Amino acid sequence: MRKASQLGDVTDMTDTTFDFSGKPIAITAEGLAKSFLGVVAVNGIDLQVKPGELMALLGPSGSGKTTLLRLFAGLETPTAGRILFGDEDATHLPVRERRVGFMFQHYALFKHMSVAENVAYGLHVRPRRLRPSGAEIRKRAEDLLELVQLPGLGKRYPAQLSGGQRQRVALARALAVEPRVLLLDEPFGALDAQVRRDLRRWLRELHDRTGHTTLFVTHDQEEALELADRVAILNRGRLEQLGGADDILDHPATPFVAGFVGDAVRLSVSVEAGWISLGRGKVPAPFQFPAGPAELFIRPYDLTLAHSTGHGTFTGKVVGTRRVGSARRAELILEDGLPSVEVTLPLEHAVLKGEELHLNLLTMRLFPAR
Amino acid sequence: MRETALTESRPLQWLLIAAAVAFLALFLVLPLVAVFIEALHRGIEPLLATYADEDTLAAIYLTLIVAAITVPLNLVFGLAAAWAIAKFEFRGKSLLISLIDLPFSVSPVVSGLTFVLLFGAQGVFGSALDAWDIKIIFAVPGIVLATIFVTFPFIARELIPLMQEQGTSEEEAALTLGASGLRTFMTVTLPNVRWALLYGVLLCNARAMGEFGAVSVVSGHIRGLTNTMPLQVEILYNEYNFVGAFAVSALLAGLALVTLVAKSILEWRHAEGLSTGRRH
Repeated sequence: MRKASQLGDVTDMTDTTFDFSGKPIAITAEGLAKSFLGVVAVNGIDLQVKPGELMALLGPSGSGKTTLLRLFAGLETPTAGRILFGDEDATHLPVRERRVGFMFQHYALFKHMSVAENVAYGLHVRPRRLRPSGAEIRKRAEDLLELVQLPGLGKRYPAQLSGGQRQRVALARALAVEPRVLLLDEPFGALDAQVRRDLRRWLRELHDRTGHTTLFVTHDQEEALELADRVAILNRGRLEQLGGADDILDHPATPFVAGFVGDAVRLSVSVEAGWISLGRGKVPAPFQFPAGPAELFIRPYDLTLAHSTGHGTFTGKVVGTRRVGSARRAELILEDGLPSVEVTLPLEHAVLKGEELHLNLLTMRLFPAR
Repeated sequence: MRETALTESRPLQWLLIAAAVAFLALFLVLPLVAVFIEALHRGIEPLLATYADEDTLAAIYLTLIVAAITVPLNLVFGLAAAWAIAKFEFRGKSLLISLIDLPFSVSPVVSGLTFVLLFGAQGVFGSALDAWDIKIIFAVPGIVLATIFVTFPFIARELIPLMQEQGTSEEEAALTLGASGLRTFMTVTLPNVRWALLYGVLLCNARAMGEFGAVSVVSGHIRGLTNTMPLQVEILYNEYNFVGAFAVSALLAGLALVTLVAKSILEWRHAEGLSTGRRH
């Protein structure tokens, strides 16, 4: 494994002759659905990845994100709906004619082939009239290995590489066929935390350089929010929300998104005459919010300390504190029977168990209860 | 050996080892040695005379022919069955797996009888075959059919667990890279199972040459025509020609030893490419 600083140096490498100037295309799903023997995996999804965009598919396991990715690749056939590559209908285009660069979760490198043979495979299997000469294929494989910063490793076998190196070989192999789009299934799933962070930044830089329309699947929200231009959040085969990190974090479209992204606590509350009852206090509800039971999602940074009770404040009783990096988090019970919420406090603010704190709610993520 | 909580006391260790060695010697090594001693105890000349005998030569020739037809056919069947079972989902898959195991669970004599019931003179297709003047039972085709049936599971059984474990993602990767189905099979699937395939072929071959029960029923024991090596051994033995019987046995045992050595080399060199490598 190379050092982190070297991993980031993609932009310095201007000597590779690889040409990615092919114009990036949009890929679109229209009412796309897929069920396996009656079990619905993808349930009517409309989604467009813009040309050159880096988009993440985020969702819990079983949300249909990998199925959606495989539908785009042509590895599954949809039960309904259409797939467009640019303006071309690709719904029934066979996998091998789609020209997608697909990276598998465990990379699926060919074990019995050397790294160079793996990378060159897509060129070797081309029909004779489209196949570059042997020397050209070798040159391209070398260039690609250089691009993914594994120069000179062509003779090794996959078993002799580290996890991070294998991932980059898989990417080089996918790029070799000059794909129109890149589809990555859990690209960092099988790596340990430090390598993940390095490769994440590296992939972002590589994307900015090659400009491929890229869709990747992840269950790691930090990864999705940090790396992608936009994030599509999937739950039970449906698209819950599509947006940038700010959108998703600050304006979740559905209770699922509010609860799934960021470490939120969900409180069942009731709204009466424009006010939410919260412990021994009340907070104003958003304008014209319907009265009745509702779900309120609270994140640690949504709460601040108020110095005294007053308009829009409520109280909570401290049941525990913990140190988180350069801040302190206090765990509070607002009302018996409700789950505890957390508030971020400055370090110098020491609190005791059992102490009552006065709080303000800065942001509101409130949904009518279903 | 390192002492652990699981280590037995020293005397018990020796006792267990001695029991195992004695068992192996009595039931495996001794009989094998006995075969070669019996074959050779009157010197080399009667041995060579047996091998020069026309009927024995015919039996050896027939055994080689049967193996040469059976093994390639079962290689294709086994590969096809394993490929279908390991790489695709379909209804009736568990039924197919059970069917593949059927020859293992049925007594070979019963399998032989089934073929007689199907293709014999009084059998289901008997009169039709007679009308076309096709001989299956008491002829070489019957022996080949019975041998194919009995040895069918060896290659498929060897490949299925390995192919299942390997999954389909390498094949899918090849497809996304633009390879055709045939190309994918030849360059990705086949190389991944090549050692397991060779291993299965070895076992299949050993059994094809050594099969007695099923072949005995369908062969009719016609000297020089439908006797395979195991059947020839029985005939010679029943005629009190012990040297001859053991001479042919020694050939079969020699084949078994060659298979064993080849199998051990495979297991030793390519354990990761065999599903059995980990089981043994």
